[in-house]
Formats: sequence, C-alpha cells, structure tokens
Amino acid sequence: MYLPLFIFYSSICLYLKSCSRKTFYQRAYFTHREQFFGFVQWKDVTLPVKSSESFLIQTLPSCQCVCGKVKAHPLQHCRRYTTAGGSGSTAGKIVAASLLTVGGGLGGTILYAKWDPKFRSNIEKSVPYSDQLFEMALGPPPPPLVPLQKKPGKIEPLQISSLSEASKESKQPKAKAKKSDPAPAEAPPAVEEAPAPTPQTLEEASAEAAHIILAISEVPSVPAPGTSDESPPGHMAAGEESKDHHEPALKERPAEEVSARLAQQDKAEQDALSALTAGLEESLGSSAKTTLQAIGAQEAALTAIARHTNKLKEAMDSETPPDEKSTQWKALNEALSDRARAMEEAEEALLKAKGELEKLRGMINSAKQSKIDAARPQILAAEENFHSMIVDLDKVVTKVQTAQTEAKIVSQYSELVNEAKAQFQQELANITPEIQANWKGLSGKLSADDLNSLIAHAHRRIDQLNRELAEQRVREQIHIEAALEQLKLEDQKALERAVVSALEHRREDMRLEQEKKVQEVREVMEAEMRTQLRRQAAAHTDHLRDVLKVQEQELREEAQEILNSKMMEQETHYRRITQEQLDTFTLDMSAAYARLKGIEEAIDSHVIAEEEARKAHQLWLSVEALNYTLKSAGADSPTEPLEGAVRAIKENCAENEFAQALATALPEESLSRGIYSEASLRARFYDIRRLARRVALIDETRNSLYQYFLSFLQSVLLFEREQVAPPAKLAPEDLDTFRLLAYATYSIERGDLELAAKFVNQLRGESQRVAQDWLKEARLTLETKQVIGLLSAYANAVGLGTTQAP
Amino acid sequence: MSEKELGQKWDRCLADCAVKLGTGLGLGIVFSVVFFKRRTWPIVFGTGLGLGMAYSNCQNDLRSHYVLHSKVAKEE
Repeated sequence: MYLPLFIFYSSICLYLKSCSRKTFYQRAYFTHREQFFGFVQWKDVTLPVKSSESFLIQTLPSCQCVCGKVKAHPLQHCRRYTTAGGSGSTAGKIVAASLLTVGGGLGGTILYAKWDPKFRSNIEKSVPYSDQLFEMALGPPPPPLVPLQKKPGKIEPLQISSLSEASKESKQPKAKAKKSDPAPAEAPPAVEEAPAPTPQTLEEASAEAAHIILAISEVPSVPAPGTSDESPPGHMAAGEESKDHHEPALKERPAEEVSARLAQQDKAEQDALSALTAGLEESLGSSAKTTLQAIGAQEAALTAIARHTNKLKEAMDSETPPDEKSTQWKALNEALSDRARAMEEAEEALLKAKGELEKLRGMINSAKQSKIDAARPQILAAEENFHSMIVDLDKVVTKVQTAQTEAKIVSQYSELVNEAKAQFQQELANITPEIQANWKGLSGKLSADDLNSLIAHAHRRIDQLNRELAEQRVREQIHIEAALEQLKLEDQKALERAVVSALEHRREDMRLEQEKKVQEVREVMEAEMRTQLRRQAAAHTDHLRDVLKVQEQELREEAQEILNSKMMEQETHYRRITQEQLDTFTLDMSAAYARLKGIEEAIDSHVIAEEEARKAHQLWLSVEALNYTLKSAGADSPTEPLEGAVRAIKENCAENEFAQALATALPEESLSRGIYSEASLRARFYDIRRLARRVALIDETRNSLYQYFLSFLQSVLLFEREQVAPPAKLAPEDLDTFRLLAYATYSIERGDLELAAKFVNQLRGESQRVAQDWLKEARLTLETKQVIGLLSAYANAVGLGTTQAP
Repeated sequence: MSEKELGQKWDRCLADCAVKLGTGLGLGIVFSVVFFKRRTWPIVFGTGLGLGMAYSNCQNDLRSHYVLHSKVAKEE
C-alpha cells in the first residue's frame, strides 16, 4: 500500500538528481567549448586564468558564466561539491525540490486514499488530523459495510412449537391461551413427565383457560404468523416441541425406555383415574347429600304447604266456635310461617343441590374429556346418579310447584272470603255503626231496630248475593270457559314442560344406556384382543424357540467344522516347521563345515598373499623414498644424489627383476649428482631463450662481431609472440630459431619439458651451443623421471595386485 | 654451463677492449707527446690500434668454437 508512494517519491528524487547532474555536465561541456581568457574570482581575489585552466575550473558547476568573472572553488574542493552548496540559488533550488517532494507525497497519499478506503482509514487512525484533510479533499468516508443483524432466535422455538401444535392439533383441545417465552425454558425438565401430567395439566389448563381467555383477549399476537390462535398452553407446546425435537433425533426409543414410558403412563393414568374417581365420588356424595337434603326440604315444604292449605281450607270452610277460630287462625299463622320457612329452606337446599349438581356435571364433563377408559364405568355410574338426582329434584320441584299453585288458589279463595267478610263487616258497621266496636258483645245489646236493620240488611245482602249468584251463574260458563282455557293453556305449558323434561330424561336415559352398552362392548373387545394378543405372543415365542434351536444346531456344526479344520492346519503347520528346522539344521551344519574348510584354505593362501603384499609394499615404499628424494631439489641446486634410494630399492627388491632392471637403467649422473627439478629447468630456460634469441644468426658461417651485433639487433627488433602452440607436424619453416623457441616456451609453460627439450634440440648454430647444457640437464631429468615413473607405476600395480579386497 | 660461456666471453672481450683501448690511448698519448710534438694523430692511431686489436681478439674468442683445427698428420 505504501509502494506507490515510495515509487513516486523516489522518482522525483532521481529526477531532481539527474536534473542537477545533467546541468552539471551541460555546464561542463559548455564551458569546455569556450576557450577564452577570463578571470577567476576566489574569495575576493581575482586571478587571471588561461583557457586551459579556465576549463579545469569552470567544470565546477558552482561556477557561473559571467563574462570575465567566474566564481570558483579551488580544484581540490570539486570533489566535495555535492555536500557543499552555500550560494543562494542552490538554497532556493533545495527549497523548491523539498517542496516538490512533500507536495508530491501528499498528492500521492490523497490519490491512493481515494482509491483504497482501507488505506484511508489506516492513515486517519495513525495521523492525527488527516481525517479532516481527507474530508476536505475527498468528501466523507464511505459507510462501512455491516452485515445484516440476525433476527432473534426466539422466533424459532415458537415456530417449532407452532409446527408441533399444528401436528398435534387434532389430539389436543383447542384451548385459546398463550404463554410467554420463558415457558419453553421450563419445558426441558418437564419433558420426561410430559405424558404423565397431560390429563391433569389439561384439566387445569382447561380450567385456567376459561379464566384466562378474557384476560388475554387484548394481548397482541406473537411474531409467529398464522398459528397464534390455535396455540395450546405454553408448556404443553414446549413439551410437545421438545418431544418433537426428540422424535427426529431418536427414531426408535429402546424397549426399556418404551416400557418405562408405558409404565409411567399407566401409573399416571392410574393416578389420574384414582384422582378422578375420588373426585367423582366426593362430588357424587356431596351432591347426593345435598340433593337428598333438597328433596327432604322440598317434601317438608310440600307437607307444610299442604298442611297450611288444609288448615286454611278448614279455617274457611268450617264453622268452628270463635274461640277455636283464634287458635285456628294462630295455627294457620303458624302453618303459614312454617310454610314460609319450609319454602325458604327448600329454596336454599334446592340452590345448594343445584350448585352441587353443577359441580358434579362439570367433573363428569372433565372426566369424560380426560379419556381414561378405566374410569368410564364410574363416569357412567356417576352420570346415572346425577341424572336420577336431577329427575328426583325436578319431580319434587314440580310437586312443590303444584302444591304452591293449589295453595295460591286456596289463599286467593281465603283472601276473597276474607274480603267478603271484611266487606260484610264494613256494611254491617255502616248499618249498625254503634255496634261495630264490639262484635262479641252483640248478643246482649242488640235492639229491635238494630235487629230489623240487620235483618233488612241481611235480606238486602241476600238479595244482592242472589243476584250476584245469578250473575255468577250466568257468567259461570264464561268464567269456566275462560278458566278452562286458562287451565288448558297452563296445562299445555305444563304438559310441554313435562314433555320436554320427560324427553330430556328419556334422552339422558338412552344416552346412558348407550354408553353402558358401548362400555360393555368395549370391555368385551378389549378382553378378546388381549386373548388374541396373548395367543400371538405365545405363538411368537414358540416360533422363536424353534428358530433358535435350529440356529443353535447350525452354529454348533459350523463351529465344530471350523475347529476341525483349524486343528488340521495347525498339525500340518507343525509338521512342516519341524521338517524345515531339521533341514535347515543339516544345511547349516554342512555349510559350516564347508566354510571351515574354506577358511582354512583362505588363511593358507592369505599367508602367501600377505607375503606378496609385504614385498610389494616394500617396493612401493622404496619407490616412494626415491620419489621423495626428487623433491629435495632446490631452486637452482640439484637434488640429492639418488644413489642411496636406488640402492635401497636394489636391496629391498632383490628378487624383483623388473625393479632391478629399472634401477640399473637410471643414468649415472642422477645417481651421483642428482637432477634438477623441472621448475629450475624452467627458470633456466628463459635465460637460454634470451641468449639463443640474441645469437640466433650466429653459426659456423656467420660469427663475426658484426654478425653478433646484427643478431642482437634482430632479437631486439623482432616482435613476436612469446608462446606459439606447436603444430602436430613440423614443417621446414618451423625450424627457425625464434619459432622453435616460441614452441619450446609454449611447451614448457604447459609443463611439457620433453617437448620443449625436443624443440630445443632442433636449434642449430650458436643457439644450440648455448642451450647444450640445459638440454643435457633436461635429458637427465627426463630420463630419471621416466624410470622413476615406471618404477612407481610398477610398484602401484604390484601393490594393487596383491591387495585383497575386504 | 654452456649459456654462461657466452657471457664469460663477452666479459673477457669487454675487459680486453678496455685494456687495449686504454693501452693504445696511453701509448698514443705518450708517443704523441714524446715523439710527435703533441699531434693528435698518434693518439688516434694508438686508440685505433687498441680498438682494432680488441675487436679482433673478441671476434676470435667468440669464433673459436667454429674454427677448424687441423693437424698435420705425421707421415709414417
């Protein structure tokens, strides 16, 4: 990322440098071309300067071509030019250059930041006010890419639960309730008991649901769409959800778990059943009690009413003596109060009974919904009881109602009678105002007028009453018809009511009967299924037993076979191995014996070989000694005489003829005086060469001093290569001294002394005389070397031959 | 050594030349002074004599190897 910046900056620097150098060279060239006399000013001293000098001075780029006046540094300062720079123009240039660099750097940075936002953010982080600069130049930074927020994972359990709900809808009651999210968290611990508390939770749930439904009617719907209406209670759903989670994870639960679950379920059912029965019985008992109480109360009320009406009738109809009338009236009042109380009690009891019956109905309904088969007969019995209780209650209630109507009629009648009596009394009072105060004391105080008026009144009353009676008789029919109509209507209503209730009862009876029948049939079916299943299980076990027996047989046979074969294998293997061992043993023994023999032979032959080797070694050593003596040659002195070493060889290898012959083939000189080394010969050769060149023209015919001078002149003036590669074949023109010497030099430089000696041998005249000694020495050295080489090769060969490979 | 021979010869030659030249010169001077009234010709003559003798000596020395020596065989 910093690369473009760096490149930009360095290119600017290089350009500037090259610019300055160019100008430097340009200036140098320019001033060089000018050849003029000028003056040089140096430290306020004006010096006249010639053109040549001015060139030297003016090549310093610090100079300016002012006509006649040149600023200069002395020459020795020109090397320090690049670090010096005191004049104002150079300072200005430097300032300009630095400004350019900085501006370039800035521009490059800004451009790159525009292209790469990451680089821009890096710079903004690292450099304090760069973000402002960037904003000014490029605008606000681009918005960072942020990945979309994930939706909260809470939706998923609800969705899953909704899915599970959808699958389980048909089975679960559609209680319209919704629980919050913490419910799923509580679900996992409740998973294991999910099946067991199902009925009870359902009961509770259904009971709760009825309470909750109003409360939550305003709660907003859950994000999970479409299923909020039909979500069962939360922990139920969670239970189902966890169950669902479990179901895909475990396709098949192990048998133990299943049986455990079944046992659990059974136990749970039993518990529920017992709870149910207990509840039912309890409620039955209580309702029965209350119903009986109600019935008793109603009957008591009935009797009270009947008594009251009787008493009332009696009081109306009978003509009892007045003193008994008061007691009668008192009794009547008592009866009335009795009746009222009894009615109240009856009402209360009825209400209670109704309440208990409602409860009982609720229990029965819930029990019915729990779907526990075992509870069915109890439910049925409870229903029957309930039904009978209702019937009784209704009957009693109707009885009480009829009694009440009768009592009403009678009371109406009594009222009328009382009214008539009161009216009569009032009339009497009107007619006989004086006597009205005391009714009882009437018999003593009655006068004839009073009696007459009374009788007249009585007659008038009787007439009136007769008229009324006649009217009544006339209206009797209408009244009777109206009454009949009314009665009919009432009868009809009562009939309808009775019919309806009878129908209800009948329906209930039929339903109960049906249920009973269904229950019986179910039981029978269950029993039959159990027996069938038992039969099937028995058959299955028999079959399994047979199959297992057969399998056992087969496996046993297989195993026996395998065992036999393995045994056979092992036997053969054992026999083979023992045989092999025997064979190997005999083989080893014979091999060892043979080897022993071989070793003995080898040792014997080894001794001989050792001997040979020793001899060869000795020979080699002596030859090495001889070789070593060769090395003792100094720069100009010959080696030590080889005599000693040769003698040693002769002594050591007395029986080796080849070595002896070779040892004797060595030249005398080398033995007595030693030989020169090749290096010394080589060095000496150059002297020979020089001399030979100088006297190249001198031979028998030309040997005057003038010739010597000429020959010397020739050698000085003749330019030729020192070394020339000799051709494969010598042509006659190669026999020129100089040529020969060139060949010899070449050869000797390449280390080929022999060839050089051969060439030197071809020299003629004075050159030959001059080279004579050298040639002799060369010959000696070559001979000796040849012989020694032969000897050492022979010694090496012998040594190689006698060496035994390990 | 055969190569040193030539050098030796040249040494002798030079030495001889120097001696003879000097002697010639000296004698020339002497003769010129003594006998010939300080004329230059005896000096030159003496120098030339010396130089010539030296030259021929040198030449003979250098040539000596190639000169054939004959011997008169005794008649038997």
